[in-house]
Amino acid sequence: MLLEYAAIAAFIFVTILVGFIAIILGMLFGPKKSTDVKAMPYESGMNPIGPGTRRMPVRFYLIAVLFILFDIETVFLLPWAIVFRKLGVFGLVEMAVFIAILLVGYIYAWKKGALEWD
Amino acid sequence: MTFASILEWLIKGFVWVMILLGGFAYLTYYERRALARIQVRIGPNRAGPLGLLQPIADAIKLIFKEELMPARADKLLFFLAPIITLTPALVITAVVPFGPEGLNFPLFGRVITWQIADINVGILYIMSIASIAVYGIVLAGWSSNNKYAMLGGLRSTAQMISYELALGLSFVSVIVLADSTRMIDIVEAQKSMWFMVLQPVGMVIFLIATLAEVNRSPFDMPEAEQELAAGYHSEYGGMKFALLFMAEYDKMIAICIIAATIFFGGYREFWFLQNTWFSVDQTPILGPVYVFIKVFILLFGMIWVRATLPRIRYDRLMAFGWKILLPLSLALVFLTATGILLAQEVNPLFMWGIPVVSLAAGFIAILGMYQTLRRKEHARA
Repeated sequence: MLLEYAAIAAFIFVTILVGFIAIILGMLFGPKKSTDVKAMPYESGMNPIGPGTRRMPVRFYLIAVLFILFDIETVFLLPWAIVFRKLGVFGLVEMAVFIAILLVGYIYAWKKGALEWD
Repeated sequence: MTFASILEWLIKGFVWVMILLGGFAYLTYYERRALARIQVRIGPNRAGPLGLLQPIADAIKLIFKEELMPARADKLLFFLAPIITLTPALVITAVVPFGPEGLNFPLFGRVITWQIADINVGILYIMSIASIAVYGIVLAGWSSNNKYAMLGGLRSTAQMISYELALGLSFVSVIVLADSTRMIDIVEAQKSMWFMVLQPVGMVIFLIATLAEVNRSPFDMPEAEQELAAGYHSEYGGMKFALLFMAEYDKMIAICIIAATIFFGGYREFWFLQNTWFSVDQTPILGPVYVFIKVFILLFGMIWVRATLPRIRYDRLMAFGWKILLPLSLALVFLTATGILLAQEVNPLFMWGIPVVSLAAGFIAILGMYQTLRRKEHARA
């Protein structure tokens, strides 16, 4: 079974190789006449004002934190889903309790407006 | 691990990468022709018979294009981002089986399987690789030193991680139904009934979430042309752009292959053709053909959606993912588990409760969405 992962590693190696070859092909055959105007960041014809990577809205961080929370939940559901048939009713009730606790957090986040975008 | 096995993996990987790249090239052609048909145009028909050489012409054109590096861009990341985007898009299909065991053939004393790697945590592998796909896009956006690209990358990240929850949960209901995470077991579990029939709402959630994962219309906010030029690949040109484009279309192919495998029976025939000539047990060569047909139809679905639906607003996109898809898919996992438990302990007929109750749950979700939108409309008027 571990050897199968070696097969995946070989496959990843092949894809990275294909990516590099494609980029190098483009570098070999494309013209290279860069000027200051060409190297300017594209901003629909305007001269760019200020740095390109600036501060971002805090909502994106909020989404990331919430994602970690609920993704962990999914991660806990996965092993349960595999042994679920062996656990029977006990497993179902157990998972209901777990999800109920998480739902409280979900409703709290919703009521606090963490899921609102505007 | 011998030299021969390493050679086998490399050759298999190379062949499959080439198939995916060819698939990408002809998917662009397919999409342009289908879109043109829907919009009462003809589409590309000049290069070669029926325009079939168009993708090759495009590729040659892109190779000879000048590549620009924006000033003050992060040079290393700008160079690596297309490769980081392309790799997960291609390797995600490594665990998908394309043919039944009967189709394995011996070659030079080795048995060649129709799968790159048969690992027993196939679904987990798909989930993890799907998460890695975020990095390439956000790095492409960030390293360009361009405001449009940055915003596109950020939007794309937020959207992909939001819809990943619903995606992961729809995988969980599949695992519960199949009782395994190995892809071959999942396909074989659909011998008597496709999971599409047992969990129709889960399938719809999976398809919606994957549309958002690959930034396809109507969820193509990260590259909304009217607001962000081209989003995260604004600054890319030439072959680097081709790689990003390739990643996008190969992701489409990959998720259609995965959807076909976990919901539409993979390489298996229709469940009611089980004991006829059309069954892969009797005619194993039909396995890859079935996968191809299913992927072809699913891809047409994605193109059709692009031609039909307008782009969704970003706040509604996030609200839809967090407030509707997440609770609904959580409820579906629970419904599926309860149905299977009842079928196991009480009466097998309870299995049919799963689709009925989940359709009801989906209907309630749609009703709730409709009510909320109507209230908002009312408040605005």
